[in-house]
Amino acid sequence: MDRIPILKLGHALLITIQVEMHDRVALALEDDLTARIVSTKAKGVMIDISALEIVDSFIGRMLDNIAAVSRMLDADTVVVGMRPAVAITLVELGLSLTGVKTALNVERGMALIQQRLHMAEAPHGGDRV
Amino acid sequence: MEAIAFEHLRVDTSEDVVRVRQEVRKRATEIGFGLVDQTKIVTAASELARNMLDYGGGGNVAFHVVQNGARRGLRLAFIDEGPGIADIEHALQDGVTTGGGLGLGLGGARRLSNEFEIVSAPGRGTKIVITRWK
Repeated sequence: MDRIPILKLGHALLITIQVEMHDRVALALEDDLTARIVSTKAKGVMIDISALEIVDSFIGRMLDNIAAVSRMLDADTVVVGMRPAVAITLVELGLSLTGVKTALNVERGMALIQQRLHMAEAPHGGDRV
Repeated sequence: MEAIAFEHLRVDTSEDVVRVRQEVRKRATEIGFGLVDQTKIVTAASELARNMLDYGGGGNVAFHVVQNGARRGLRLAFIDEGPGIADIEHALQDGVTTGGGLGLGLGGARRLSNEFEIVSAPGRGTKIVITRWK
């Protein structure tokens, strides 16, 4: 069965979706990711969808779910690399991914996560565990 | 207007939905659809194929190339023998779902198509035909 690799990148986890998503792959990803958030204490999750030719409501719901679960585990989710044709289609489909942050690419996504880390650190003078 | 039917795909699993997407992409490319049009029809097909699987107990997708004068298009018929839909107008509204989905499938697929036709009745299955013109 296809499994999607999860890479650690500083305080963030990076997932690059390159396979065709279907139910079992999506469920396995949620399981693997939540376990990794806990084991690595990651503060951010980046999901790179630049390889996806379409995002339908099934994948949209998966992205929303991941973001919601990650939020409960104190990690922010940023979806990066959405193709322009996919963005146009998603809006027409009626799926605006309100629960998910988006960034143009991995670099900007990482900056967004770093920014949140610094904001969280500032009031406590860098006393992060 | 001329319509040439050229194949059927059966949808019984989530992998079949992926095959439908790949086939629609291939046909849309052959007809010469631009990237955005391709993405729209593939996404619409993905929604409807998944609906058949989740609510219709699986079904068939029939592919047609349609020609109207100089215009060509791709017409897809999604036919299932599931429980059917009693209130079609209600089912087409965004956010309405009887399953665990987002309820965007039908309304979304209609917005992503140039033509959208639905025939359904309780106990009689559902047939949805969408067309996207180049």
